[in-house]
Amino acid sequence: MTAPDDVRTAVAAAYRDEWGQVIATLIGLTGDWDLAEDCAQDAFAAALATWPRDGVPHRPGAWLTTTARNRATDRLRRAAAGAAKLRQLAVLARDPDVPPIEEIPDERLRLIFTCCHPALPFPARVALTLRTLAGLTTAEIARAFLTAEPAMAKRLVRAKRKIQEAGIPYRVPPAELLPQRLAAVLAVLYLIFNEGYSEGPDEEDVRRALTAEAIRLTRILVRLMPPEPEPRGLLALMLLHEARRTTRTEDGVLVTLEYQDRSRWDRTLIAEGVETLDQALAMRRTGPYQVQAAIAACHATAPDAASTDWPQIATLYTELARLAPSPVVDLNRAVAVAMADGIPAGLALVDEIAASGRLDDYHLLPATRADLLRRAGRTAEAKAAYEQARKLAPTEAERRYLSGRLREL
Amino acid sequence: MKYVLLICDDETNQPTNEELAADPVHQAWEADLERRGAELVGERLRPVVDATTVRVRDGETLVSDGPFAETKDFVGGIVIIECANLDEAIAIAAGHPYARWGGVEIRPVWE
Repeated sequence: MTAPDDVRTAVAAAYRDEWGQVIATLIGLTGDWDLAEDCAQDAFAAALATWPRDGVPHRPGAWLTTTARNRATDRLRRAAAGAAKLRQLAVLARDPDVPPIEEIPDERLRLIFTCCHPALPFPARVALTLRTLAGLTTAEIARAFLTAEPAMAKRLVRAKRKIQEAGIPYRVPPAELLPQRLAAVLAVLYLIFNEGYSEGPDEEDVRRALTAEAIRLTRILVRLMPPEPEPRGLLALMLLHEARRTTRTEDGVLVTLEYQDRSRWDRTLIAEGVETLDQALAMRRTGPYQVQAAIAACHATAPDAASTDWPQIATLYTELARLAPSPVVDLNRAVAVAMADGIPAGLALVDEIAASGRLDDYHLLPATRADLLRRAGRTAEAKAAYEQARKLAPTEAERRYLSGRLREL
Repeated sequence: MKYVLLICDDETNQPTNEELAADPVHQAWEADLERRGAELVGERLRPVVDATTVRVRDGETLVSDGPFAETKDFVGGIVIIECANLDEAIAIAAGHPYARWGGVEIRPVWE
Protein backbone atom coordinates (compact mmCIF):
# COMPACT_ATOMS: atom_id res chain seq x y z
CA MET A 1 0.00 0.00 0.00
CA THR A 2 1.15 3.47 -0.83
CA ALA A 3 -0.44 6.51 0.78
CA PRO A 4 -3.15 7.95 -1.50
CA ASP A 5 -1.58 11.42 -1.50
CA ASP A 6 1.77 10.02 -2.63
CA VAL A 7 0.03 8.13 -5.44
CA ARG A 8 -1.86 11.21 -6.58
CA THR A 9 1.40 13.19 -6.59
CA ALA A 10 3.13 10.40 -8.51
CA VAL A 11 0.33 10.21 -11.10
CA ALA A 12 0.30 13.99 -11.48
CA ALA A 13 4.07 13.98 -11.99
CA ALA A 14 3.79 11.12 -14.48
CA TYR A 15 1.07 13.01 -16.34
CA ARG A 16 3.29 16.07 -16.61
CA ASP A 17 6.43 14.19 -17.61
CA GLU A 18 5.16 11.18 -19.55
CA TRP A 19 1.91 12.20 -21.27
CA GLY A 20 3.63 13.38 -24.48
CA GLN A 21 5.83 10.28 -24.61
CA VAL A 22 2.93 7.84 -24.06
CA ILE A 23 0.80 9.57 -26.73
CA ALA A 24 3.71 9.75 -29.15
CA THR A 25 4.52 6.06 -28.76
CA LEU A 26 0.87 5.04 -29.21
CA ILE A 27 0.48 7.18 -32.33
CA GLY A 28 3.69 5.71 -33.66
CA LEU A 29 2.33 2.19 -33.11
CA THR A 30 -1.27 2.63 -34.26
CA GLY A 31 -1.25 5.74 -36.46
CA ASP A 32 -4.59 6.60 -34.86
CA TRP A 33 -4.53 9.90 -32.96
CA ASP A 34 -7.90 9.52 -31.23
CA LEU A 35 -7.26 5.93 -30.22
CA ALA A 36 -3.87 6.97 -28.83
CA GLU A 37 -5.44 9.71 -26.74
CA ASP A 38 -8.25 7.49 -25.41
CA CYS A 39 -5.87 4.70 -24.45
CA ALA A 40 -3.41 7.09 -22.79
CA GLN A 41 -6.28 8.48 -20.71
CA ASP A 42 -7.29 4.92 -19.80
CA ALA A 43 -3.73 4.17 -18.72
CA PHE A 44 -3.62 7.17 -16.38
CA ALA A 45 -7.00 6.17 -14.94
CA ALA A 46 -5.64 2.64 -14.40
CA ALA A 47 -2.63 4.09 -12.61
CA LEU A 48 -4.91 5.94 -10.18
CA ALA A 49 -6.76 2.66 -9.52
CA THR A 50 -3.86 0.22 -9.18
CA TRP A 51 -0.85 2.15 -7.91
CA PRO A 52 -2.33 2.58 -4.39
CA ARG A 53 -2.55 -1.25 -4.21
CA ASP A 54 0.61 -2.29 -6.08
CA GLY A 55 2.83 0.70 -5.37
CA VAL A 56 4.21 3.24 -7.84
CA PRO A 57 6.17 1.32 -10.50
CA HIS A 58 9.91 1.75 -10.83
CA ARG A 59 9.50 3.27 -14.31
CA PRO A 60 6.08 4.95 -14.44
CA GLY A 61 6.52 5.93 -18.11
CA ALA A 62 7.15 2.33 -19.22
CA TRP A 63 4.22 1.08 -17.08
CA LEU A 64 1.87 3.66 -18.60
CA THR A 65 3.06 2.95 -22.14
CA THR A 66 2.58 -0.81 -21.71
CA THR A 67 -0.88 -0.33 -20.18
CA ALA A 68 -1.94 2.06 -22.93
CA ARG A 69 -0.60 -0.31 -25.58
CA ASN A 70 -2.51 -3.26 -24.08
CA ARG A 71 -5.64 -1.13 -24.03
CA ALA A 72 -5.10 -0.31 -27.72
CA THR A 73 -4.69 -4.02 -28.50
CA ASP A 74 -8.00 -4.81 -26.78
CA ARG A 75 -9.82 -2.08 -28.65
CA LEU A 76 -8.39 -3.03 -32.02
CA ARG A 77 -9.20 -6.68 -31.39
CA ARG A 78 -12.85 -5.72 -31.01
CA ALA A 79 -12.79 -3.66 -34.21
CA ALA A 80 -12.33 -5.91 -37.23
CA ALA A 81 -10.84 -3.02 -39.24
CA GLY A 82 -7.88 -2.91 -36.88
CA ALA A 83 -6.46 -6.27 -37.99
CA ALA A 84 -3.34 -4.89 -39.68
CA LYS A 85 -2.51 -2.56 -36.81
CA LEU A 86 -3.13 -5.43 -34.42
CA ARG A 87 -0.51 -7.57 -36.13
CA GLN A 88 1.97 -4.74 -35.78
CA LEU A 89 1.16 -4.38 -32.09
CA ALA A 90 1.34 -8.14 -31.54
CA VAL A 91 4.86 -8.26 -32.97
CA LEU A 92 5.94 -5.51 -30.62
CA ALA A 93 4.09 -7.02 -27.67
CA ARG A 94 6.26 -10.13 -27.81
CA ASP A 95 9.12 -8.08 -26.39
CA PRO A 96 9.26 -8.84 -22.67
CA ASP A 97 9.33 -5.13 -21.91
CA VAL A 98 8.76 -1.86 -23.74
CA PRO A 99 12.10 -0.32 -24.60
CA PRO A 100 13.07 2.20 -21.94
CA ILE A 101 11.88 5.72 -22.68
CA GLU A 102 15.45 6.97 -23.28
CA GLU A 103 15.93 4.60 -26.20
CA ILE A 104 13.06 5.99 -28.26
CA PRO A 105 13.50 9.71 -27.81
CA ASP A 106 12.47 10.49 -31.37
CA GLU A 107 8.82 9.60 -30.77
CA ARG A 108 8.07 12.93 -29.12
CA LEU A 109 10.17 14.69 -31.71
CA ARG A 110 8.09 13.09 -34.47
CA LEU A 111 4.98 14.23 -32.67
CA ILE A 112 6.22 17.85 -32.40
CA PHE A 113 7.09 17.99 -36.10
CA THR A 114 3.80 16.40 -37.14
CA CYS A 115 1.75 18.80 -35.00
CA CYS A 116 3.68 21.74 -36.48
CA HIS A 117 3.52 20.62 -40.13
CA PRO A 118 3.21 23.68 -42.41
CA ALA A 119 0.15 22.14 -44.13
CA LEU A 120 -1.81 22.69 -40.90
CA PRO A 121 -3.20 26.17 -40.17
CA PHE A 122 -1.08 28.00 -37.61
CA PRO A 123 -3.66 28.09 -34.75
CA ALA A 124 -4.24 24.35 -35.20
CA ARG A 125 -0.50 23.71 -34.86
CA VAL A 126 -0.43 25.51 -31.53
CA ALA A 127 -3.59 23.80 -30.25
CA LEU A 128 -2.50 20.33 -31.34
CA THR A 129 0.94 20.76 -29.77
CA LEU A 130 -0.60 21.78 -26.45
CA ARG A 131 -3.16 18.96 -26.56
CA THR A 132 -0.96 16.04 -27.59
CA LEU A 133 2.45 16.96 -26.18
CA ALA A 134 1.57 18.92 -23.10
CA GLY A 135 -1.68 17.13 -22.28
CA LEU A 136 -3.62 20.38 -21.75
CA THR A 137 -7.38 19.92 -21.90
CA THR A 138 -9.39 21.43 -24.74
CA ALA A 139 -11.01 23.78 -22.21
CA GLU A 140 -7.61 25.03 -21.00
CA ILE A 141 -6.37 25.67 -24.54
CA ALA A 142 -9.62 27.44 -25.46
CA ARG A 143 -9.32 29.69 -22.40
CA ALA A 144 -5.70 30.59 -23.12
CA PHE A 145 -6.50 31.57 -26.70
CA LEU A 146 -9.83 33.24 -25.94
CA THR A 147 -11.84 30.81 -28.03
CA ALA A 148 -15.02 28.99 -27.13
CA GLU A 149 -14.42 25.37 -26.15
CA PRO A 150 -16.60 23.84 -28.93
CA ALA A 151 -14.72 25.89 -31.54
CA MET A 152 -11.39 24.71 -30.15
CA ALA A 153 -12.62 21.10 -30.09
CA LYS A 154 -13.67 21.42 -33.73
CA ARG A 155 -10.28 22.85 -34.64
CA LEU A 156 -8.52 19.89 -33.00
CA VAL A 157 -10.78 17.35 -34.71
CA ARG A 158 -10.18 19.00 -38.09
CA ALA A 159 -6.42 19.07 -37.60
CA LYS A 160 -6.27 15.38 -36.64
CA ARG A 161 -8.49 14.52 -39.60
CA LYS A 162 -6.30 16.47 -41.99
CA ILE A 163 -3.19 14.67 -40.76
CA GLN A 164 -4.82 11.38 -41.61
CA GLU A 165 -6.61 12.33 -44.83
CA ALA A 166 -3.99 14.55 -46.44
CA GLY A 167 -1.28 12.03 -45.63
CA ILE A 168 0.86 14.26 -43.39
CA PRO A 169 3.68 11.90 -42.43
CA TYR A 170 4.34 11.09 -38.78
CA ARG A 171 8.05 11.74 -38.78
CA VAL A 172 10.92 14.13 -38.29
CA PRO A 173 11.47 15.68 -41.73
CA PRO A 174 14.57 14.74 -43.69
CA ALA A 175 17.69 16.88 -43.34
CA GLU A 176 17.01 19.13 -46.35
CA LEU A 177 13.60 20.21 -44.95
CA LEU A 178 14.75 20.48 -41.36
CA PRO A 179 15.78 24.16 -41.21
CA GLN A 180 12.43 25.32 -42.61
CA ARG A 181 10.36 22.89 -40.53
CA LEU A 182 12.35 23.55 -37.37
CA ALA A 183 11.54 27.26 -37.73
CA ALA A 184 7.80 26.41 -37.69
CA VAL A 185 8.24 24.28 -34.54
CA LEU A 186 10.21 27.00 -32.77
CA ALA A 187 7.62 29.62 -33.77
CA VAL A 188 4.84 27.52 -32.21
CA LEU A 189 6.78 27.01 -28.99
CA TYR A 190 7.63 30.72 -28.77
CA LEU A 191 4.00 31.67 -29.40
CA ILE A 192 2.89 29.38 -26.57
CA PHE A 193 5.49 31.01 -24.31
CA ASN A 194 4.45 34.53 -25.30
CA GLU A 195 0.80 33.73 -24.76
CA GLY A 196 1.71 32.86 -21.19
CA TYR A 197 4.17 35.72 -20.75
CA SER A 198 2.28 38.67 -22.10
CA GLU A 199 -0.26 40.54 -20.08
CA GLY A 200 -3.59 38.96 -20.87
CA PRO A 201 -7.06 38.52 -19.48
CA ASP A 202 -6.50 34.84 -18.49
CA GLU A 203 -5.87 33.82 -14.95
CA GLU A 204 -2.29 33.93 -13.77
CA ASP A 205 -2.09 30.16 -13.27
CA VAL A 206 -3.13 29.37 -16.85
CA ARG A 207 -0.51 31.78 -18.16
CA ARG A 208 2.15 30.39 -15.85
CA ALA A 209 1.30 26.87 -17.01
CA LEU A 210 1.76 27.96 -20.64
CA THR A 211 5.25 29.41 -20.10
CA ALA A 212 6.20 26.32 -18.09
CA GLU A 213 4.97 24.00 -20.88
CA ALA A 214 6.73 26.01 -23.57
CA ILE A 215 9.99 25.84 -21.62
CA ARG A 216 9.57 22.12 -20.95
CA LEU A 217 8.85 21.32 -24.63
CA THR A 218 11.77 23.45 -25.77
CA ARG A 219 14.04 21.61 -23.31
CA ILE A 220 12.91 18.33 -24.91
CA LEU A 221 13.68 19.71 -28.36
CA VAL A 222 17.15 20.82 -27.21
CA ARG A 223 17.85 17.38 -25.75
CA LEU A 224 16.59 15.60 -28.86
CA MET A 225 18.43 17.79 -31.39
CA PRO A 226 21.79 18.52 -29.76
CA PRO A 227 23.55 19.74 -32.92
CA GLU A 228 20.95 22.46 -33.66
CA PRO A 229 21.77 25.88 -32.13
CA GLU A 230 18.38 27.60 -32.54
CA PRO A 231 16.40 25.41 -30.06
CA ARG A 232 19.05 26.33 -27.47
CA GLY A 233 18.75 29.97 -28.51
CA LEU A 234 14.99 29.86 -27.96
CA LEU A 235 15.37 28.06 -24.62
CA ALA A 236 17.87 30.69 -23.46
CA LEU A 237 15.50 33.46 -24.55
CA MET A 238 12.58 31.93 -22.65
CA LEU A 239 14.64 31.38 -19.47
CA LEU A 240 15.95 34.95 -19.50
CA HIS A 241 12.42 36.35 -19.91
CA GLU A 242 10.97 34.00 -17.31
CA ALA A 243 13.63 35.14 -14.82
CA ARG A 244 12.14 38.66 -14.89
CA ARG A 245 8.49 37.64 -14.94
CA THR A 246 7.49 38.56 -11.39
CA THR A 247 8.85 42.10 -11.71
CA ARG A 248 7.03 43.00 -14.94
CA THR A 249 3.90 44.32 -13.31
CA GLU A 250 3.15 45.80 -9.94
CA ASP A 251 -0.48 46.04 -8.79
CA GLY A 252 -1.62 45.63 -12.40
CA VAL A 253 0.63 48.39 -13.75
CA LEU A 254 3.32 47.59 -16.29
CA VAL A 255 6.85 48.19 -14.98
CA THR A 256 9.44 48.82 -17.71
CA LEU A 257 12.88 47.20 -17.55
CA GLU A 258 14.50 50.41 -16.30
CA TYR A 259 12.33 50.47 -13.16
CA GLN A 260 12.11 46.76 -12.40
CA ASP A 261 13.40 45.54 -9.03
CA ARG A 262 16.49 43.65 -10.17
CA SER A 263 17.03 42.04 -6.78
CA ARG A 264 13.88 40.00 -7.48
CA TRP A 265 15.12 38.58 -10.80
CA ASP A 266 15.70 34.83 -10.67
CA ARG A 267 19.50 34.43 -10.70
CA THR A 268 19.37 30.66 -11.25
CA LEU A 269 17.29 31.03 -14.41
CA ILE A 270 19.53 33.84 -15.67
CA ALA A 271 22.65 31.72 -15.12
CA GLU A 272 21.09 28.79 -16.96
CA GLY A 273 19.88 31.05 -19.77
CA VAL A 274 23.32 32.58 -20.25
CA GLU A 275 25.01 29.16 -20.20
CA THR A 276 22.50 27.75 -22.72
CA LEU A 277 23.05 30.77 -24.96
CA ASP A 278 26.84 30.30 -24.79
CA GLN A 279 26.44 26.66 -25.87
CA ALA A 280 24.32 27.77 -28.83
CA LEU A 281 26.71 30.56 -29.87
CA ALA A 282 29.66 28.14 -29.67
CA MET A 283 28.13 26.27 -32.63
CA ARG A 284 28.77 29.36 -34.77
CA ARG A 285 25.49 29.30 -36.70
CA THR A 286 23.67 32.39 -35.51
CA GLY A 287 19.90 32.61 -35.83
CA PRO A 288 17.25 35.10 -34.73
CA TYR A 289 16.47 33.33 -31.42
CA GLN A 290 20.13 33.35 -30.41
CA VAL A 291 20.39 37.07 -31.16
CA GLN A 292 17.22 37.85 -29.19
CA ALA A 293 18.54 35.76 -26.31
CA ALA A 294 21.84 37.67 -26.47
CA ILE A 295 19.90 40.95 -26.16
CA ALA A 296 17.90 39.55 -23.22
CA ALA A 297 21.19 38.44 -21.63
CA CYS A 298 22.61 41.98 -21.87
CA HIS A 299 19.62 43.26 -19.90
CA ALA A 300 19.51 40.37 -17.44
CA THR A 301 23.19 40.59 -16.51
CA ALA A 302 23.45 44.38 -16.14
CA PRO A 303 23.77 45.13 -12.39
CA ASP A 304 21.56 48.21 -12.80
CA ALA A 305 19.71 49.98 -15.62
CA ALA A 306 22.41 52.67 -15.96
CA SER A 307 25.18 50.16 -16.69
CA THR A 308 23.26 48.40 -19.49
CA ASP A 309 25.58 47.78 -22.45
CA TRP A 310 23.57 49.79 -25.00
CA PRO A 311 26.19 49.87 -27.78
CA GLN A 312 26.27 46.05 -27.67
CA ILE A 313 22.45 45.88 -27.73
CA ALA A 314 22.33 48.28 -30.71
CA THR A 315 24.79 46.06 -32.59
CA LEU A 316 22.70 42.98 -31.79
CA TYR A 317 19.50 44.66 -33.05
CA THR A 318 21.30 45.56 -36.29
CA GLU A 319 22.15 41.85 -36.65
CA LEU A 320 18.57 40.84 -35.80
CA ALA A 321 17.20 43.28 -38.40
CA ARG A 322 19.41 41.53 -40.95
CA LEU A 323 18.34 37.99 -39.94
CA ALA A 324 14.65 38.68 -39.33
CA PRO A 325 13.71 42.09 -40.72
CA SER A 326 10.64 43.69 -39.12
CA PRO A 327 9.59 47.25 -38.27
CA VAL A 328 9.27 46.24 -34.58
CA VAL A 329 12.93 45.19 -34.57
CA ASP A 330 13.81 48.55 -36.17
CA LEU A 331 11.91 50.33 -33.40
CA ASN A 332 13.80 48.44 -30.69
CA ARG A 333 17.03 49.21 -32.47
CA ALA A 334 16.13 52.91 -32.44
CA VAL A 335 15.79 52.80 -28.63
CA ALA A 336 19.17 51.10 -28.28
CA VAL A 337 20.77 53.68 -30.59
CA ALA A 338 19.20 56.51 -28.56
CA MET A 339 20.71 55.08 -25.39
CA ALA A 340 24.10 54.41 -26.99
CA ASP A 341 24.60 57.41 -29.29
CA GLY A 342 22.24 60.03 -27.86
CA ILE A 343 18.57 60.86 -28.07
CA PRO A 344 18.67 62.77 -31.40
CA ALA A 345 20.12 59.75 -33.25
CA GLY A 346 17.38 57.48 -31.84
CA LEU A 347 14.59 60.00 -32.51
CA ALA A 348 15.70 60.31 -36.13
CA LEU A 349 15.32 56.54 -36.56
CA VAL A 350 11.90 56.53 -34.86
CA ASP A 351 10.71 59.35 -37.13
CA GLU A 352 11.92 57.38 -40.14
CA ILE A 353 9.81 54.36 -39.07
CA ALA A 354 6.81 56.62 -38.38
CA ALA A 355 7.14 58.19 -41.83
CA SER A 356 7.15 54.74 -43.45
CA GLY A 357 3.66 54.13 -42.00
CA ARG A 358 4.49 50.47 -41.27
CA LEU A 359 3.61 50.71 -37.58
CA ASP A 360 0.68 53.09 -37.71
CA ASP A 361 -1.54 51.19 -35.25
CA TYR A 362 1.23 49.99 -32.95
CA HIS A 363 1.05 51.73 -29.57
CA LEU A 364 4.74 51.24 -28.84
CA LEU A 365 5.71 53.57 -31.70
CA PRO A 366 4.21 56.72 -30.09
CA ALA A 367 5.14 55.37 -26.63
CA THR A 368 8.78 55.10 -27.68
CA ARG A 369 8.73 58.56 -29.28
CA ALA A 370 7.14 59.96 -26.13
CA ASP A 371 9.82 58.43 -23.95
CA LEU A 372 12.65 59.82 -26.09
CA LEU A 373 11.02 63.27 -26.29
CA ARG A 374 10.63 63.28 -22.50
CA ARG A 375 14.33 62.48 -22.07
CA ALA A 376 15.18 65.27 -24.52
CA GLY A 377 13.12 67.71 -22.41
CA ARG A 378 10.54 68.31 -25.17
CA THR A 379 7.65 68.00 -22.71
CA ALA A 380 4.74 69.28 -24.81
CA GLU A 381 5.54 66.94 -27.70
CA ALA A 382 6.09 64.04 -25.26
CA LYS A 383 2.63 64.62 -23.76
CA ALA A 384 0.95 64.46 -27.16
CA ALA A 385 2.79 61.26 -28.02
CA TYR A 386 1.87 59.59 -24.68
CA GLU A 387 -1.80 60.50 -25.32
CA GLN A 388 -1.63 58.92 -28.75
CA ALA A 389 0.01 55.78 -27.34
CA ARG A 390 -2.65 55.46 -24.64
CA LYS A 391 -5.38 55.49 -27.28
CA LEU A 392 -3.72 52.58 -29.10
CA ALA A 393 -2.59 50.51 -26.08
CA PRO A 394 -4.21 47.04 -26.08
CA THR A 395 -4.05 46.17 -22.35
CA GLU A 396 -5.15 47.81 -19.15
CA ALA A 397 -1.67 47.41 -17.58
CA GLU A 398 -0.14 49.38 -20.42
CA ARG A 399 -2.82 52.10 -20.34
CA ARG A 400 -2.20 52.49 -16.61
CA TYR A 401 1.54 52.71 -17.19
CA LEU A 402 1.10 55.41 -19.86
CA SER A 403 -1.31 57.40 -17.67
CA GLY A 404 1.33 57.29 -14.93
CA ARG A 405 3.97 58.70 -17.28
CA LEU A 406 1.60 61.46 -18.41
CA ARG A 407 0.93 62.52 -14.82
CA GLU A 408 4.68 62.81 -14.17
CA LEU A 409 5.18 65.35 -16.98
CA MET B 1 -1.50 7.88 -51.37
CA LYS B 2 -3.07 9.39 -54.46
CA TYR B 3 -3.07 13.15 -54.97
CA VAL B 4 -4.33 15.45 -57.69
CA LEU B 5 -2.09 18.41 -58.39
CA LEU B 6 -4.06 21.39 -59.66
CA ILE B 7 -1.61 23.49 -61.63
CA CYS B 8 -2.82 27.08 -61.27
CA ASP B 9 -1.88 30.53 -62.50
CA ASP B 10 -3.58 33.77 -63.48
CA GLU B 11 -3.16 33.05 -67.22
CA THR B 12 -1.08 36.18 -67.82
CA ASN B 13 1.86 33.96 -68.67
CA GLN B 14 0.82 31.32 -71.20
CA PRO B 15 3.74 29.44 -72.67
CA THR B 16 2.96 27.26 -75.69
CA ASN B 17 3.25 23.51 -75.24
CA GLU B 18 6.52 23.63 -77.20
CA GLU B 19 7.94 26.39 -75.00
CA LEU B 20 6.86 24.49 -71.92
CA ALA B 21 8.47 21.27 -73.14
CA ALA B 22 11.71 23.18 -73.82
CA ASP B 23 11.76 24.77 -70.33
CA PRO B 24 14.59 23.15 -68.36
CA VAL B 25 12.54 23.41 -65.16
CA HIS B 26 9.73 21.46 -66.81
CA GLN B 27 12.18 18.89 -68.13
CA ALA B 28 13.66 18.44 -64.66
CA TRP B 29 10.16 18.05 -63.26
CA GLU B 30 9.26 15.35 -65.78
CA ALA B 31 12.50 13.54 -64.99
CA ASP B 32 11.73 13.71 -61.27
CA LEU B 33 8.25 12.21 -61.79
CA GLU B 34 9.77 9.46 -63.93
CA ARG B 35 12.41 8.66 -61.30
CA ARG B 36 9.77 8.45 -58.54
CA GLY B 37 7.38 6.49 -60.77
CA ALA B 38 4.71 8.82 -59.42
CA GLU B 39 2.72 10.08 -62.40
CA LEU B 40 -0.60 8.37 -63.15
CA VAL B 41 -2.28 11.00 -65.34
CA GLY B 42 -1.25 14.44 -66.49
CA GLU B 43 -3.11 16.85 -68.78
CA ARG B 44 -2.78 20.51 -69.58
CA LEU B 45 -6.08 22.39 -69.82
CA ARG B 46 -7.19 25.04 -72.36
CA PRO B 47 -7.56 28.50 -70.79
CA VAL B 48 -10.63 29.64 -68.90
CA VAL B 49 -12.12 31.50 -71.91
CA ASP B 50 -12.75 28.07 -73.43
CA ALA B 51 -14.46 26.80 -70.30
CA THR B 52 -18.14 26.05 -69.79
CA THR B 53 -19.79 25.59 -66.42
CA VAL B 54 -22.88 23.47 -65.88
CA ARG B 55 -25.15 23.89 -62.88
CA VAL B 56 -28.52 22.34 -62.17
CA ARG B 57 -30.87 24.39 -60.00
CA ASP B 58 -34.44 23.33 -59.28
CA GLY B 59 -34.25 20.74 -62.03
CA GLU B 60 -33.17 23.29 -64.60
CA THR B 61 -29.81 22.97 -66.34
CA LEU B 62 -27.91 26.28 -66.45
CA VAL B 63 -24.96 26.50 -68.77
CA SER B 64 -22.62 29.45 -68.54
CA ASP B 65 -19.41 30.73 -69.91
CA GLY B 66 -16.14 30.50 -68.03
CA PRO B 67 -15.42 29.59 -64.44
CA PHE B 68 -18.16 29.85 -61.84
CA ALA B 69 -16.36 32.12 -59.43
CA GLU B 70 -13.99 35.04 -59.60
CA THR B 71 -10.60 33.77 -58.61
CA LYS B 72 -7.14 35.12 -59.07
CA ASP B 73 -5.66 31.82 -60.21
CA PHE B 74 -7.26 29.31 -62.58
CA VAL B 75 -6.58 25.63 -62.97
CA GLY B 76 -4.38 25.24 -66.04
CA GLY B 77 -3.67 21.54 -65.78
CA ILE B 78 -4.05 18.52 -63.62
CA VAL B 79 -1.64 15.78 -62.69
CA ILE B 80 -2.62 12.70 -60.73
CA ILE B 81 0.22 11.18 -58.77
CA GLU B 82 0.74 8.31 -56.39
CA CYS B 83 3.39 8.74 -53.70
CA ALA B 84 4.18 7.98 -50.06
CA ASN B 85 2.79 11.02 -48.26
CA LEU B 86 2.11 14.75 -48.34
CA ASP B 87 5.78 15.64 -47.98
CA GLU B 88 6.61 13.74 -51.16
CA ALA B 89 3.65 15.37 -52.94
CA ILE B 90 4.95 18.78 -51.77
CA ALA B 91 8.41 17.94 -53.10
CA ILE B 92 6.92 16.99 -56.47
CA ALA B 93 4.66 20.06 -56.64
CA ALA B 94 7.56 22.36 -55.77
CA GLY B 95 9.40 21.17 -58.87
CA HIS B 96 6.63 22.21 -61.29
CA PRO B 97 7.48 25.34 -63.32
CA TYR B 98 4.09 26.96 -62.55
CA ALA B 99 4.93 26.84 -58.85
CA ARG B 100 7.34 29.72 -59.56
CA TRP B 101 4.70 32.21 -60.77
CA GLY B 102 1.32 30.61 -60.07
CA GLY B 103 0.67 27.87 -57.56
CA VAL B 104 0.13 24.15 -57.32
CA GLU B 105 -2.76 22.99 -55.16
CA ILE B 106 -2.41 19.49 -53.75
CA ARG B 107 -5.66 17.61 -53.13
CA PRO B 108 -5.72 14.11 -51.72
CA VAL B 109 -7.96 11.78 -53.73
CA TRP B 110 -11.04 10.69 -51.76
CA GLU B 111 -10.55 6.95 -51.68
